[in-house]
Amino acid sequence: MSVLVYVENTEGKFRKSTFELVSFATAIAQKSGSAVTAVSIGNVEDEELKKLGNYGVSKILNAKNEKLKLGNVQPYASVIAEAAKAEGAKVVVMPASFSGKGISARVAVKLEAGLGENVVDIPDTSSSFIVKKGSYSGKAFAFVDITSEIKVISVVANSFKVIENKTDASIQSFEPALNENDFKLMVKETVRATNKISLPEAELVVSAGRGMKGPENWGMIEELANVLGAATACSKPVSDAGWRPHSEHVGQTGIAISPNLYVAIGISGAIQHLAGVSSSKVIVVVNKDAEAPFFKAADYGIVGDAFEVVPKLIEAAKTFRAGHH
Amino acid sequence: MKVLVCISHVPDTTAKINFSPDQKEFIQQGVTFIINPYDEIALARAIELTDGGKGTVTVINVGDVSTEPTIRKALAIGATDAIRVNAVPRDGYYVARQIANVASQNAYDVILCGRESSDHNGASVPSMIAEMIGVPAVSSAKKLDINGSEATLEREIEGGKEIVTTSFPFIAGASEGMAEPKIPNMRGIMGARTKPLTVVEPVEVPQLTKIVSYDKPASRSAVKMLSVDDAGKLWEMIREEKKVI
Repeated sequence: MSVLVYVENTEGKFRKSTFELVSFATAIAQKSGSAVTAVSIGNVEDEELKKLGNYGVSKILNAKNEKLKLGNVQPYASVIAEAAKAEGAKVVVMPASFSGKGISARVAVKLEAGLGENVVDIPDTSSSFIVKKGSYSGKAFAFVDITSEIKVISVVANSFKVIENKTDASIQSFEPALNENDFKLMVKETVRATNKISLPEAELVVSAGRGMKGPENWGMIEELANVLGAATACSKPVSDAGWRPHSEHVGQTGIAISPNLYVAIGISGAIQHLAGVSSSKVIVVVNKDAEAPFFKAADYGIVGDAFEVVPKLIEAAKTFRAGHH
Repeated sequence: MKVLVCISHVPDTTAKINFSPDQKEFIQQGVTFIINPYDEIALARAIELTDGGKGTVTVINVGDVSTEPTIRKALAIGATDAIRVNAVPRDGYYVARQIANVASQNAYDVILCGRESSDHNGASVPSMIAEMIGVPAVSSAKKLDINGSEATLEREIEGGKEIVTTSFPFIAGASEGMAEPKIPNMRGIMGARTKPLTVVEPVEVPQLTKIVSYDKPASRSAVKMLSVDDAGKLWEMIREEKKVI
């Protein structure tokens, strides 16, 4: 089962989630004793590409082209589908990132392949090809058999560990013909908060709700996140009230996350919120209401006023970070 | 301007999700169904963009007759007419093929979907339809403005956003921020009863995936409570016991 993995870059650099994805692709390939080919699109230097060899990739197709510098979904899907055909790939592994989802859908249509979205574990290939994927907005998992000859899967960040597996990766230039019809959508401007950790991929998340009483009190939430090296998030009422941007809203109708640690401050834990964060490995809840439903879904709980508890958490986090790097 | 809005019939966001004892079927009894929340945002924006006689909004749903109350609600909110493709959806690919088939027979300028449905969460249908009919798409758009036949959209990316432009026709998946969902008023509800709802039969689509079973997330062990005075011990405790920091 030859495996092709799309290695997404951000301004020429791979994120940790890309190395997770490559490790995931390698784990699938190892089951059938086959090799992993990576396809990179855009402007990534060889030095960065070579890092992929640390995680089991044996061949890298490098579609380096000025026209593909901006992350356009349509031409990227064409390049990946061409690479899959050229390699005779039976499994195409994609990131379930914002653009990865759009690209995966197009690649699946181009290859007439079944698509497994938001996959959270290595497929069961014992008799067919069954993937475990998130469903009902985090309230359940679905096991889906991909019955087509070629399978496309998109994998959720933080659901698989980076595993070292040194190989000699060869880099080959890949230049498929580009179709003008793929360039009807123009990227005018890219706005990226460079100093912020991307919420869907964050390992640690500090989140707050209405218990903070107003947007002016978010300084301590940001400070705690900063000391821990965490991303910030919020509940739906907070983003609806305009206290925080929609891009920070985690929950059923916001972003679903699966960090290693989720710290919820002043969030009561409505079922819609829990759905979006239930895959977090460890959950800490701080709430002044001992009856808050969130405590039932938490690993650690502190009943207390956020304005009293959070400063203590910040001080302790400073000491903690000074002690363990 | 002709707008097509794709809507999905999903369990209410507060619904508890349960499966049959063999874990193969989702139990619908006792569950209220609603318009998928992201689709409501798409519908609201479509109505705003065509307000004042600037166009029409057709809603489309792939579902059996049980989804008609959900379709009527979309008509009550303000859609002009509706199409139901008479089939139980199998997967995202199946739904996209049905909608692409209808879209290819009607010259829609804009096709809006929700970013994802709250039941299967694939977030693949908008881009699949776009690929099938050969048009650009923004799979997750927080803003959509239209000037003549040009659209400007704000697309979500990791850790930021992109401003993109395209001309008609195009597809977008609506995300939070594009519009506020609308609540139907009494006049809308009365009017919805007589608005046209056309039922069309599905086209044949090859089966590429099959849901084998469902499972629910493992429940957590009992919560460990700390007093406010001990709050400072939390991080060391998590490091010792869970090894995640």
